[in-house]
Amino acid sequence: MKRTDILVIGGGLAGLRAAIAAHDAGRTVAVMSKVYPIRSHSGAAQGGVNASLGNHPEGGDDTWQGHAFDTIKGSDYLADQPRAEILAKDAPAAVIEMEHWGAYFSRFDDGRIAQRPFGGAGFPRTCFAADRTGHHLLHTCWEQTLKRGITVYSEWLLLDLVKHSDAVVGAVALHIPTGDLESFPAGSVILGAGGHGRIFAKTTNAYINTGSATAAAYRAGARLEDMEFVQFHPTTLYGTNILISEGVRGEGGLLRGADGKRFMDRYAPSVMELAPRDIVARGIQTEANEGRAFEGDGSGYVHLDIRHLGADVIKTRLPGIRQIAMEFAGVDPIDEPIPVQPGQHYSMGGISCDEDGVTDLPGLYAAGECSCVSVHGANRLGGNSLLETLVFGKRAGDRAAANAGGVADGVGDVPSSVYEQAVQVQHDSLRTFASRDSGTRQIDVRRRMQRTMTRKVGVFREEAPLAEAVEELAGLRAEYASVSLDATNRGFNYDLIDALELGGMIELAEATALGALKRTECRGSHWRTDHLGRDDANWLKHTMATRADDGAPVLSFEDVIITDYEPMERKY
Amino acid sequence: MNPTTSRAERETVTIRVRRFDPDSDGPQDIRWSEYAVQAHPGLTVLEALLLIQEEQDGGLSFRYSCRGAVCGSCAMVINGEVGLACRTQVSSLGDKVMVEPLRNLPVLRDLVVDMDVFFSKEESVMPWLKPTDPDPECERLVSPEDWGEAEPYTNCILCASCQGVCPVAETAPDYLGPAALAKHYRFFADPRDGAGEERLNLVDSENGVHGCDMVWNCGKVCPKGVPPTKGIGKTRAAIYHAKKAGEEA
Repeated sequence: MKRTDILVIGGGLAGLRAAIAAHDAGRTVAVMSKVYPIRSHSGAAQGGVNASLGNHPEGGDDTWQGHAFDTIKGSDYLADQPRAEILAKDAPAAVIEMEHWGAYFSRFDDGRIAQRPFGGAGFPRTCFAADRTGHHLLHTCWEQTLKRGITVYSEWLLLDLVKHSDAVVGAVALHIPTGDLESFPAGSVILGAGGHGRIFAKTTNAYINTGSATAAAYRAGARLEDMEFVQFHPTTLYGTNILISEGVRGEGGLLRGADGKRFMDRYAPSVMELAPRDIVARGIQTEANEGRAFEGDGSGYVHLDIRHLGADVIKTRLPGIRQIAMEFAGVDPIDEPIPVQPGQHYSMGGISCDEDGVTDLPGLYAAGECSCVSVHGANRLGGNSLLETLVFGKRAGDRAAANAGGVADGVGDVPSSVYEQAVQVQHDSLRTFASRDSGTRQIDVRRRMQRTMTRKVGVFREEAPLAEAVEELAGLRAEYASVSLDATNRGFNYDLIDALELGGMIELAEATALGALKRTECRGSHWRTDHLGRDDANWLKHTMATRADDGAPVLSFEDVIITDYEPMERKY
Repeated sequence: MNPTTSRAERETVTIRVRRFDPDSDGPQDIRWSEYAVQAHPGLTVLEALLLIQEEQDGGLSFRYSCRGAVCGSCAMVINGEVGLACRTQVSSLGDKVMVEPLRNLPVLRDLVVDMDVFFSKEESVMPWLKPTDPDPECERLVSPEDWGEAEPYTNCILCASCQGVCPVAETAPDYLGPAALAKHYRFFADPRDGAGEERLNLVDSENGVHGCDMVWNCGKVCPKGVPPTKGIGKTRAAIYHAKKAGEEA
């Protein structure tokens, strides 16, 4: 048993930032990650992190209130307003702190942190480190973790949370290199383990973004919030769906259809390419559906053109994008436009929690993409996800540190038999997996789930396909009970890891599809072709999913917290 | 990949993978598995390995995460050359592809190598910013010109490709290696850092910057264009000048 005051699950930005906060508050902390922390998907974030620093020549009048307003408007008024205000208010300090810790932000000539315009923002407020902002922030947080000597358990896969008297008191995990099981008793557990984009076939997410921690929280009884809100990034590289940053449009990139002409005037005439992501994604998808895009293999694509920026700007501001386009599409954007199409990018929904990461379960906290605070509501603005990890990772770490081991969080003395039994349950379950020598291969089930999600729960949604998706996913959940493994090795058994994670992925997919079916309106990323228009009278509500004993989602609804910002039409 | 090429155009490629099972193979055993993969235009070596794992051999082990050359998980030896599997197109390799684990790190299983030693070397060079002035209220101001020197070194993704081609690492297991020394220079050259001499002392040894044979293999294979040898040379020069200044004082 590996005992700590606070166990953080996830080694990306949210997890590391939470761990640093809890450590600095005097707690013993350990970080558990299924990969080495710097392999986390935070490192793939490109464009930047929002803060109303006012460094940009056109940003002198920017304020945190403006940032909060843009975030709430961008959320299509589904964000909980006081929480979006915290995000915006804490942003400048969060960014400056990272700079003090060593983050290598790009600079303006006056030496200040450089900022660029991003979609849906009233001022250029996205701070960036070239087009590798996530890489720089993740490495900086990792370096600060090393500096503090925080314990890191790399390559441990969370299997389940351990509960005692309704409180979360630790976790059971699988050591990937050896196949060993171990329990991790803790005064409290913080989940900062990222999103679950891999439930879709076309996604910018890393292979590791399976939502295993989100699924574990759901199994333990935490509610999932607003799962139907899935961000489809408008510009993912055709073929591999690797992210092509919004920063490309921020720097002046133009979208062109098959006829070579710009088309965003049809969807957002005043801001064109710099409309929020949901609007641009629907624009591109509409062009493809109506035959004005390039015909690809199975799905269309359009051109993202930056040739007019010139080689110098492309090489200094967008070097990572150029490299990706050259290596994965054989296109040098200095000479040719980049082929792009929409793809799943971000999970706005997740484990329901408040502004301090407090979930439904005593002892359990959540931060970052796996959580739903909710600050992004129905559509997240670019540059707000890196920010969320820093602001709410810190707050969750602070709060857990204040509570850990206390009456609210823990249970004081937990008998060791609780942990022994939790390990035994996992041991038995692994043995059951290994003993099945016939049955569907996990990859078949996984591929069918991903195809269903991309085809039927995608950019455009409608009742009949959504109902089919819910039914198909319930069928896959039943089928999952009989999947078998091909591999028998104990260490580095990725066949087993994939199979273990698949069960949770199906349940997250089901909650997503059911939420999309029930929400009969259009809001942000959720677009129902059979229920056009936003319906504030009935749907200024969060969708809450509770897991039934058989794994099926049960939905309920809660009012959005609206304070100072009266919902109005979201036009750009 | 030419986007206009149909993904239906496939050809069969033979992929040979070096295997190692710690439970049954001795350290000197050489064992290969051979797989036939239907390669479509744009297929990367990582995707080919995943197809093998999914459809032919679930027991094949290798690390991966982002598949977009930013996470640094999948450095390996492909047709004799060190590279990231995710950014290597199968079509660039001919109809026979040979995949082996990264060199100069102990193999744990198949294509998985022990990264703990590699990361502990990183840790030993004090890889965090250490300013001597108190934190200002805003950011520390740095002109874009002063920003240039350390910038290339900040792009390291710790994939260990450089470790796999370093001739010194091959024979000197305690040598800090190009990645850790590049990380060291990244902070030494950071205009905000104030740990100057303390930093130099960390690598002023045969296992540090003086161990480098200046072969420049590392910079050539770096997927992010980091030039470790150049940084090592500059660190050596800084050590020399610091000592000389100390003698004169």
